[in-house]
Formats: sequence, C-alpha cells, structure tokens
Amino acid sequence: MLRIDQATHDAIVAHAKRDHPNEACGVVAGPVGSDRPERFVEMVNAAGSPTFYEFDSTDLLRLYQEMDDNDEEPVVVYHSHTATEAYPSVTDTNLAAEPAAHYVLVSTREHGNNEGPVEFRSYRIVDGTVTEEDVEIVPELERSVT
Amino acid sequence: MAIEVKIPTILRTYTDGEKVVEGEGASLSALIDDLESNHAGIKERLVEDKDGSDELRRFVNVYVNDEDVRFIGGLGAEIGDGDQVVILPAVAGG
Repeated sequence: MLRIDQATHDAIVAHAKRDHPNEACGVVAGPVGSDRPERFVEMVNAAGSPTFYEFDSTDLLRLYQEMDDNDEEPVVVYHSHTATEAYPSVTDTNLAAEPAAHYVLVSTREHGNNEGPVEFRSYRIVDGTVTEEDVEIVPELERSVT
Repeated sequence: MAIEVKIPTILRTYTDGEKVVEGEGASLSALIDDLESNHAGIKERLVEDKDGSDELRRFVNVYVNDEDVRFIGGLGAEIGDGDQVVILPAVAGG
C-alpha cells in the first residue's frame, strides 16, 4: 500500500494538470528503507510529449546524487497519462527500474488542465509484473519513530 | 588506481549487492568488458548489438565525472584512473 500525505498528492495532481496535454513526471524521495514519500521533486519531461516521458539525463544524475547525499531513495515515481487510463503501459512496465518504488499514475484524460477529479493509482512494477496497490491519503505522514 | 563505478539498485544483483565496484579500462567499452569479467551478465544489461557493433542501450545512462557519455563519445569515451563512472537507468515510460 502507498501512504501519501494530502499535500504531496495534491502537488502531483496539480503538476499533471498544469502539463496536460503533455505527460508530467517526477519523484517523491524519502529516507532509504522508510517507505515514506517526504520530498516532492517535480521533474521536467525531456520528451515534452503527450505519449512519452523521460527525465533529462543531467537532471537525472543530479537527482540521484542529491538523494545519495541525503540517504534517500525514490519512494514514489510518478507520471501522468493524458489520454488513457492511469495504468502502466507496456513501455512503463519494460522501463521500470526501481523495484522498491511505488509507481504512481495519474490520468488527466477527463478534465485536462481544468478543475475536477483525476484518477490517482499506484503500482509495484517488478521484473515486468505490474501489481496495483491501495492508496491511502492521510492529512500528514505520522512522525517517524527514530 | 582504478575506476570507481556506481551501480544502480536494479543491477546490484550482478555485484552481490555492492553499490560501488572498481574496474579498469581506457575506454567505457573496455571498462564494461572488465566489469563483465567480474560481474558476469552485467554487460548485456548495458550494451546491445546494433548492426554488428555494440551500442549503449537507449535507456541506460552512463556518466563519466558527471558528464553523460553520449556527449563524449559513447562507448568510446576515454576513461582514466581516478575517474568516477555512474550508471543510471533512465526514468522513462509512455
């Protein structure tokens, strides 16, 4: 199950609406092993496309260096579909390279740039196998026990 | 001295879970061959055959000292002792 706070959920949705009709993408980083999506990082879709997304290679390196420095990992990897349902495509499945991440898909097909609900769904993608999981949206992530 | 290579999570099955390994080689392709000799199977994940010659896979990014190798000669990119190589799978999809 993915547990995500309302503000981060809303930030992902807002990014997807803003970039519609192109796909939006990004990550939510969190401490290694914590499964806590804490730090929202919007990325540029270097493909600038309604049917494809790719992090720019320089941005990608910077992101992973930053996460390394902070002892973080990508807890959530998100992107939007703009004309189809929020379900991983064959390409999404083949290219998924973070077996520990929650892959969040949102679909802006219904309301585009406008107000209105969007599909927000989460998956594990491991070795080409897609497994949908529940999403629990909480007001705030409870404080971690340290 | 050797070349330090950072291995992404998805390829650590080839390196016994190690995040960083060492390798040798004067070019990226020589380095990858050297990695393959110690971590069998890793080359296939990085390189594909295209019309009879090796090419870096489209959705694998390799950086030498923070520089994307696609801009400095691809598999032919020159590497030397003390350089740092980072391998990152693209974050991409449809």
